[in-house]
Amino acid sequence: MDTTAYTKPLPVLTKLNAPFWEGTKRGELRLQRCGACGHVWFPPSTHCPRCLSTAHDWMTASGRGTVWSWIVMHQRYFKAFDGDLPYLVAMIALEEGPILMSTLVGISNEEVRCDMPVRVVFEDATADMAVPKFTSV
Amino acid sequence: MDLRDKTAIVGIGATKFDAMYRNLDPGRSPYELAAEAFRKALEDSGLEKRQIDGLICVRVPSYQRMADVLGLPRLRLVNVLEGAGRMAGAALQYAVMAVATGQAETVAVVYGNNGRSAGARYGGAVDPNATTAYDAMYGMTSPGAYVAMMFRRHQHEYGTTEDALAALAINNRKNGALNPDAVFQKPITREEYLAGRYVAEPLRLYDYCLINDGGVAFIVTSADRAKDLRHPPAYVAATYAASELTNFYAVRDCFYGACQDIATRIYPAAGVGPRDIDCAQIYDNFTPTILFSLEGFGFCPRGESGAWVQGGRIERGGELPINTSGGHTSESYMQGFALTIEAVRQVRGEAGPRQVPNCEVVQYICAAPICNSHILHR
Repeated sequence: MDTTAYTKPLPVLTKLNAPFWEGTKRGELRLQRCGACGHVWFPPSTHCPRCLSTAHDWMTASGRGTVWSWIVMHQRYFKAFDGDLPYLVAMIALEEGPILMSTLVGISNEEVRCDMPVRVVFEDATADMAVPKFTSV
Repeated sequence: MDLRDKTAIVGIGATKFDAMYRNLDPGRSPYELAAEAFRKALEDSGLEKRQIDGLICVRVPSYQRMADVLGLPRLRLVNVLEGAGRMAGAALQYAVMAVATGQAETVAVVYGNNGRSAGARYGGAVDPNATTAYDAMYGMTSPGAYVAMMFRRHQHEYGTTEDALAALAINNRKNGALNPDAVFQKPITREEYLAGRYVAEPLRLYDYCLINDGGVAFIVTSADRAKDLRHPPAYVAATYAASELTNFYAVRDCFYGACQDIATRIYPAAGVGPRDIDCAQIYDNFTPTILFSLEGFGFCPRGESGAWVQGGRIERGGELPINTSGGHTSESYMQGFALTIEAVRQVRGEAGPRQVPNCEVVQYICAAPICNSHILHR
């Protein structure tokens, strides 16, 4: 795979978020789950935001959710997205609770509705990271 | 502690926004803008500079530099707040608390914004270590785009249309046309609103605040000291805050819960209700926040703000005039500060051609991740 071609911004790979990114390369959407109270959250952090425990594992989420809301970005903010303008951004309410920022693939803008059910797919970005996107179920 | 009418805003000052918008200066600093506003606010109040013993600085980088610029080396309360719209309300609240508890006698709040000259952008910054990097990977950025997400959701849940936003954008421009200091003083039509380009669809150009340079200052002191000063005091009847802090600027309930939390406290504390408000100054970094504010504070039932703002209700002379100086899309993007001093002008009855007749009670509202609101009266 040509990994030098990916120019869009990506988070820094850290010890904390590594399991999330490993999951993306295996086609799994992983979320942190508290070892003490079972709460599930995203984005990654060291402490459970419900009970403050530092014990957690990474659960494989169902990959299912619904479109909470979506926009079409017309403004040029990132040079790396010049070729995509205007592009769709969606906030996905995951079945497990957290909201994930993402985008939709295989769905035209005319078809998109809030609350429509979607499922995760992954698009390879670098050797270590694939980008979770969502499509119709 | 009951803060009702214990404090008042007794001095206000601002730079002239229109001239500066057309005269960029890369060397213009937020300190000089804040200092000019402070000079005017002090003059407006009739106080001597030595009577200022508290200083809250907003958007300027350093309170130490600010104090030195203003020649206020010895203060009893001094700090700096970040340059965010939610801080305009917080700054007044801290000043009120300080004066009411005796931590300081007279507090100046100063704000300086050289955003336009400095080329400030509200979006597009990439910090790969921040959680915003999980948004930037999809090209998601800028507060306006998150507000657009909430507005789309509001449309979905309540059937709100683009005409709701058009009414707000048109109203701001109509009011700005009566404000000789406003950056934009030309009214717009519904057709012009709809012809505005999309920025983050469903939001268009005229839904967006402008970016301009300017400074604003106001001075807070005790009700006792306020009585003998140059202008009638704008008493702070009540002021409260409530946050909804998540990973995103967009929250699921469009700030309804936080606004309700404030509403249930502020109206009883001030002894008034939404129907007693003679005009409202509502933080509008992007027009939908006005809808969220109106619903959250019970001016209209939840979900009905889009219809409620039609038909001249929010215009000067209507049931609830909103953003009488032109708001952030027309007057100036001073992150809530210009709206705050417009509230004082309206309470004093000195807003000139845009004065709301018989204006006695004015409410300031900001719906943002930290919501806040004040009720001021004559």
